[in-house]
Amino acid sequence: MENKKEVGMTLIVKAITRLTVGLILLYGIYIVLHGHLSPGGGFAGGVIIALSFIHLMLAFGRETALKKLSEAQASVLESLGAIMFLTITLLGFLGGYFFLNFFFHKGNPFALFSAGIIPLCNIAICLKVGAGLFVIFVVLISFKGLEKEK
Amino acid sequence: MILPFFVIIPLGAAFLISFFGKRIKNFADLLANLGTLSLLVFSLYSISLVATHKILVYKVGGWVPPMGICMVLDGLASFMLVMVNLVSFLVALYSISYMQRYTDKPKFYTLFMLMLAGMNGIIVSGDLFNLFVFLEIASIASYALVAFGTEAEELEASFKYAVMGSVASSFILLGIALLYGYTSTLNMADISLVLFSKPSSMIVKFIGVLFLAGFGLKAALVPFHAWLPDAHPSAPASISAMLSGVLIKVLGVYAIIRIFFNLIGINKVTLSILMFLGAVSMLVGVILALSQWDFKRLLAYHSISQIGYVILGIGLGTPLGILGGLFHLFNHSIFKSLLFLNSGAVVYSLGTRDLRKMGGLQEKMPVTSNTNLVASMSIAGIPPFNGFFSKFIIIVACIQAEHFGYAFCAVIGSILTLASFMKVQKYAFFGKLNQKWQNIKEVPWTMWLSMIVLAIICVVGGLLIIPLFRPFLQSAVNVLLLGTGYKEAVFAALR
Repeated sequence: MENKKEVGMTLIVKAITRLTVGLILLYGIYIVLHGHLSPGGGFAGGVIIALSFIHLMLAFGRETALKKLSEAQASVLESLGAIMFLTITLLGFLGGYFFLNFFFHKGNPFALFSAGIIPLCNIAICLKVGAGLFVIFVVLISFKGLEKEK
Repeated sequence: MILPFFVIIPLGAAFLISFFGKRIKNFADLLANLGTLSLLVFSLYSISLVATHKILVYKVGGWVPPMGICMVLDGLASFMLVMVNLVSFLVALYSISYMQRYTDKPKFYTLFMLMLAGMNGIIVSGDLFNLFVFLEIASIASYALVAFGTEAEELEASFKYAVMGSVASSFILLGIALLYGYTSTLNMADISLVLFSKPSSMIVKFIGVLFLAGFGLKAALVPFHAWLPDAHPSAPASISAMLSGVLIKVLGVYAIIRIFFNLIGINKVTLSILMFLGAVSMLVGVILALSQWDFKRLLAYHSISQIGYVILGIGLGTPLGILGGLFHLFNHSIFKSLLFLNSGAVVYSLGTRDLRKMGGLQEKMPVTSNTNLVASMSIAGIPPFNGFFSKFIIIVACIQAEHFGYAFCAVIGSILTLASFMKVQKYAFFGKLNQKWQNIKEVPWTMWLSMIVLAIICVVGGLLIIPLFRPFLQSAVNVLLLGTGYKEAVFAALR
C-alpha cells in the first residue's frame, strides 16, 4: 500500500482472486439459470454476479473492475433488465392477461428448459439487481474518494 | 382490462426515460407528459366503467383470487385515480420549464414516474402485500426526490424523511405479517372474509394500532407529523405539489380508509380515534403555520391541518361526513398543489422563499399572483370556491352528528387558515415592489398554463356536489358506506 503505483491489495489476495472470481461469476449464472428448479433465482444470482465484480474491485482497485464493466454500461444494463421484465409481462396480453405465463407448452418438471417465462424473468431480474448493486457500490466508493481529495 | 395499465404506463415510461433520456433530447419531457396525459384519459374513462359495472376485478396472470393477485377498480379507486393523475399531469407539464434549473432532468422524470406507478398501484391493488410493495416504491422514490437539489438542507430533510418513513413501513409490514399469520391469506377481500368468520380477538386491535401508526405517519397526522415540514419545502416545487397534493393522501388517508372501512371493519372506537387525530392535526397544523415566514414551510404546515379536516370528516362515519371528507380530499389536492406550484414560480423568479423579502409581486407576476389569490381563497373556505363547499359540508356533518366541539374546532381552523393566507398575499403579492425585483418576469408558459388550469378547477370544483356530477363523488362514498360488504362485492365480481 506504501507504493503508489501498486493499486489494490497484496499479491496473495490478487492470486486468490484470479482463481476465484471466475468461479463466483459462474456460480451466480448457475443460480440464475436454475432459479425455477432449485433455491435461488434472479435476485440471489444477480447479487452473486455483482459480488464477483465487487470482489475484483476490492482486490485490484477501482480501475480494473470499471474496465470490465463501466458505470455507464451498468446503468444501461440496469434499465435494459427492467424494460425486458416489463416486455415479458406485457407479452402476457397475447394470452389475454397481464403477467400471463404465455408459453403453452410449459415443459417438464425439473428440466432446465421449462417453466415458460420464469427463467426469462429471472434473467431480467438478474440484470436489474446485479447492475444496480454494482452501480451502488461504485457510487459509494467514489463518494469516499471525493472526501479524501478535500 | 384497463386496470394493469395504471401501473404499466408509468413503470414503462420510467425505465424508457432512464434508458433513452440522456441520448435523445427532450425525450424525457415528451414521454413523461404523454404518459401522464394517457393516464389521465384512462382514469377519466374509469369513471364511466364504474358507473356501468360498479366494481371491476382484474386477475393478474389469469390466477383466480384468493390464490392469485387481483386488482380492484371501484368507486373509491376511480375517484382517487382521477385525482392523482390529474395533478400529476399538470405537475409534469409544469416541470418542463421549472426543472431546467436543476441538473439531470431524465433522472427526475424517472423517479417521478416511479412514484406515480407506486401511487396508482396502491389505489388499484386488491392484495395487501402488493399494496405494501407499491407503497415502498412510492416512498423510496419520494425520499430520492426530496433530496433532488442535493444541498445540505435537502439531504438532511430527506434523511429525516427516510428514517421516519422506514419506521412507518416497518410498522405496516409488521401489521401485514401479523394479519397474514392470523388469517393465512393476503387478498384483501379474503382477509375480510376470514376475519368475519373468526371471533373478535385482541390481535386484530393490535394490528389496527400498527396500521394507524404506520399509515398515520405517511399521512402526517399530528403525533406523527415531524417529517413533513422539513421534507415538503426542501423538495423541488413540482415534487412538493405531488407530495402534499397526492402522496400523503394516497399513502396515508386512502390506505387508512380502505383498510379500516373495507378490511377490518369500522367501529365506534376507531372512528372516535380518527376524529380526535383529525381535530388535533387541524388545530396544531394551522397554529404552527401562522408563525412561519418561509413560504413553502407555511404551506407544508397547512397540509397537516387540511389532512386533519379530511380525517375528521371521514371519521364522523355518517354519509354526509364521509362525503365532505372525500370532497375535501379532492379539493385539497387541487388547491394545495396549485399553492406549491405558485411558490415554485416565485422561487423560480426570485430565488428566495422568505416572505419578508418579497412584496408587490402582483405587477410583475400577474398570473402567479391571481392564481395564488384563488387558491388562498379556496383553502380558507371563501365561497364560491371549492374549499368552501367541502368545509361547509364537514362542519354541517359535525353538527348533525352532535359533535359540536369538533365543529367549533373546524371553524376556528378555517379562520386561522384565512389569517395565515392573508399574510402570504400581503407580504408576497400586494404592497410596494421591492427595488431588488425590478427586472423579474412572469414564468414561462408551461408553468403558468398548469397554474391557470388548476385555478379554473378550484373555481368550478364546487360543482362536483350538484346532482349532475355527484355520482362521481357518491360512488366513492358508497364504497366506504358499504364497509365490510366490500368482500361480497369483490367475490361477486369474480364470478
